[in-house]
Amino acid sequence: MRKPGTARSTEIAFAMLLACGLPLQASAHLVTGEGGGFVSGLQHPVSGLDHIIAMVAVGLWGAQLGQPAIWLLPVTFPLVMAFGGFLGLIGVPLPGSELAIALSGVCLGAAVLTEFRPNLWVAGVLVGTFGLFHGYSHGAELTPGQNPLFYSLGFVLATGILHAAGVTIGTIHRWHWGRLTLRGTGAVILCGGLFFLWGDLR
Amino acid sequence: MPALAVLAPPAAHAHLVVTGMGPLYDGVSHFALSPEDFLPVIALGFSAGFRGPEQARALSCTAPLAWFAGGVLAMMNVAPGDIALSLATAVLFLVIGGSLAANRSIPIVASAVVAIFLGLSRGMADFAEQAPSGANFTMLFGTSAAIFVVCALAASVTLPLTRHWMIVTARVCGSWIAALGLLLVGWIFRYGPIAH
Repeated sequence: MRKPGTARSTEIAFAMLLACGLPLQASAHLVTGEGGGFVSGLQHPVSGLDHIIAMVAVGLWGAQLGQPAIWLLPVTFPLVMAFGGFLGLIGVPLPGSELAIALSGVCLGAAVLTEFRPNLWVAGVLVGTFGLFHGYSHGAELTPGQNPLFYSLGFVLATGILHAAGVTIGTIHRWHWGRLTLRGTGAVILCGGLFFLWGDLR
Repeated sequence: MPALAVLAPPAAHAHLVVTGMGPLYDGVSHFALSPEDFLPVIALGFSAGFRGPEQARALSCTAPLAWFAGGVLAMMNVAPGDIALSLATAVLFLVIGGSLAANRSIPIVASAVVAIFLGLSRGMADFAEQAPSGANFTMLFGTSAAIFVVCALAASVTLPLTRHWMIVTARVCGSWIAALGLLLVGWIFRYGPIAH
């Protein structure tokens, strides 16, 4: 014998199941995509090894140069990189950006390898010039559909974290073995840059 | 019946943040969950703290009052278009972040003008197309109160800073906020206004 109300419960459950099969687009949730935009921005600077080695090298070189370059170079790079992103976004042509990115690995790797100590403004101009090309390539590749603020936030944070990683690793410069390790790392970055340069020139 | 009810849903116009605790806390939460609002306010507070207690006190009061005025103006339909508000937001990110990164002394009047522009533009952006109701005014009050608290707290963090690395960290944050502003300007030129 069926319990009273079972048939009604079954009908309601069936009706609800049917309703679930016919969902309409829900537009009430206004924060859709923000998380995706942030993650997408966070992934962009770490999407290519050519970008990663250059940004870590900036931190390493800053740590080798000491105060005030240790913080001035990582501050310069994101700002100029954002300016490059701005140029890429508004469509200003900047030919040879891929070549310049590969060259940045070569030059910054060589600077770390040789512990090159130029004037602060020379270091700033060098880092800024390469930052411009890195930012340009990111800006030119951006597609619509992301939340711009969250995307940019992720993009700038990832760049800063890569520099911070370089600076943190670079603090081993105070020890003799640390200085040798840093120069070895510079050699690896230089080789990476040459590899990417070879790929671009082929 | 449930199936029929689901088949004909009305258009949903939910507010971004509804805490269930009333419009005052909705306003506080809206500010806390909107980086376009809280990032420049924190940067403004940091730079005000670096420039001494006088600027810290002045900006902690100026910014929320301007924000409230901007919200009221927006509810009275006195607000520029989306493009102008988006560009103002991006440029303010650039100016406030750049000023924190540079850490130079700026006259109190110039700082107050920046704070007023920030408050007016973001207040207008937050409350554009909102009806002038009691709940919305309470929400605006909640947002303005949160801005006062955050700005004052941020200033009180940097005011006593003497350690070099702490000052550098705050300045690096400023450079990142300025970089955000630059990217946003480019984004607006290419794809139009950013969502508020």
